[in-house]
Amino acid sequence: MRKLEEKIFKTLMRIATLVILGSLLLIFIAIIKRGLPAMSWDMLTKIPGGGFYIGKEGGLLNAIAGSVFLVIGATILGLAISIPVVVYINVYLPRKSLFADITRLSADILFGIPSIVYGAFAFTLMIYFGLKTSLLAGIIAVSLLITPILIRSMDEVARLVPKDLKDAALSLGATRYEIIKVVLKQISPGITTAILLSIGRAIGDAASVLFTAGYTDSVPTSLSQPAATLPLAIFFQLSSPIQEVQDRAYAAALILTAIVLVLSLLARYYSRKLSKNKV
Amino acid sequence: MALRNNSAFRIIKDKVARNLMLALTLFSLALALIIGVGLYMKSTPILEQHSLWSLLSGDVWRPFKGQFGFLPFIMGTLWVTGISILIALPLCLLTSIYLSEYAHPYVKKVVFPMIDILAGIPPVVYGVWGILVVVPFISDKIAPHFVEYSSGYSVLAGGIILAIMIIPLIISILIEIFASIPKELRDASLSLGATNWQTIKFVLLRKSLPGIVAAIVLAISRAFGETIAVLMVCGNIPASPHSIFDSGYPLPALIANNYGEMLSIPLYDSALMLAAFILFAIIFLFNLISRIVLTRIEKKFAL
Repeated sequence: MRKLEEKIFKTLMRIATLVILGSLLLIFIAIIKRGLPAMSWDMLTKIPGGGFYIGKEGGLLNAIAGSVFLVIGATILGLAISIPVVVYINVYLPRKSLFADITRLSADILFGIPSIVYGAFAFTLMIYFGLKTSLLAGIIAVSLLITPILIRSMDEVARLVPKDLKDAALSLGATRYEIIKVVLKQISPGITTAILLSIGRAIGDAASVLFTAGYTDSVPTSLSQPAATLPLAIFFQLSSPIQEVQDRAYAAALILTAIVLVLSLLARYYSRKLSKNKV
Repeated sequence: MALRNNSAFRIIKDKVARNLMLALTLFSLALALIIGVGLYMKSTPILEQHSLWSLLSGDVWRPFKGQFGFLPFIMGTLWVTGISILIALPLCLLTSIYLSEYAHPYVKKVVFPMIDILAGIPPVVYGVWGILVVVPFISDKIAPHFVEYSSGYSVLAGGIILAIMIIPLIISILIEIFASIPKELRDASLSLGATNWQTIKFVLLRKSLPGIVAAIVLAISRAFGETIAVLMVCGNIPASPHSIFDSGYPLPALIANNYGEMLSIPLYDSALMLAAFILFAIIFLFNLISRIVLTRIEKKFAL
């Protein structure tokens, strides 16, 4: 009887695991099956031409470029906030510090706040400062979204830097400011992983850019212009009743999935490199 | 002399850097507060005209007539969240017990990266998949057995998509919790003649109950806030759903769908910002509680 129960549950567990892995496979199959036939070189290299939205020619370059600009801007802004925070709680504060713990808790909580809330908040900021939907507004919204991810994933590796390393530099007369270089060098693969993770989140998020970045058919040339993004390109084109336009949404979904997959594999590669560095 | 100046300069540099970094750290701490206050201030105009309770319990949504009842949207959110947790929880419990207690290291090496990839798929791609696969499957295969007609764009579709989206989050937390339970506890149970499964049932699950609850609460708050994927498959009809095959209209979808017209109708923008504030407040609280519980567990078993 006990053996039977054990067997039943072990089978159930295997089935559950297979169901989860199977759903991943099903997602990939569906996206590739619909996306691949709609893919073409034009999709990657052309902006929407006249009559694009009734099924005539053109591509998705506006959305690809917009997403890339947005992600670069948001990552730079996010790093400018998160690196000092991580350095402060790991270099300047003692190992057991309530303040550091509260900062970590707050980053964890901010990580759980949904992107639509960041989008809505950024929108109220835009109204307050009189900004229009623009690349800059989108960058601000997305950087708010990824800063907690950057803080938490960099902090996790920065915590592992041996205390002796810092003490050795301090005892040679270095100021804490001068140790920062040592610590950052030590965690550089961790920083890379954190950046890749947050890019993955930033490039795929639609709800935060919906209010803020707007949508346009051209490639933005300045921060004050609106910018199209891949997730919104998918979202808008899928709601079109015309088959050709819908197909482009599937092509865009394939591009986005491919980008996210590559980022995820790279992040894995770098975090493994980090664990090799550890003694 | 030069040397002293130099070291004084270094110390000043250190102090300036320290204060700058402290300021940024304080900013990151205050961010949640700033977001909360910002959204609340934007939602005061509607709160001055209607009581919070009448807004939450009203079930008529006609912005152009000044009627803002949030009940259908709250019900929509509760339906999709409830369905997603019901689907995801058993799957996640079984899978994470399997991975942490039974699976060969080789299996883990294959499964963990795949779960990571699942976590990284963008919401909008989940939405596309939902429209391509889940919605037709519900309207053609499942719904005809139970109801006369369903378009497939339903709270069930939203719940299934959400379930897959929150699975990686729940599994990663559960596995960490199981790993934190000391091996000695398991050994003691096994040495008394209990089977593996009995040990899991009476020792592992019982010991990790607070952590499991915290993981569920985190998953609920993630499901509450998910926007685009749910918006794409839920049908978006502002009425409370009565069965899993009915369309629903969750709160985040409401905000995302109406940003375009919200500035042209009086109080509309305020109503949407109130929706965002409600989401923010609930999710903030849920996250705060469950994160505190999880940190406690981590510390308790750290030694």
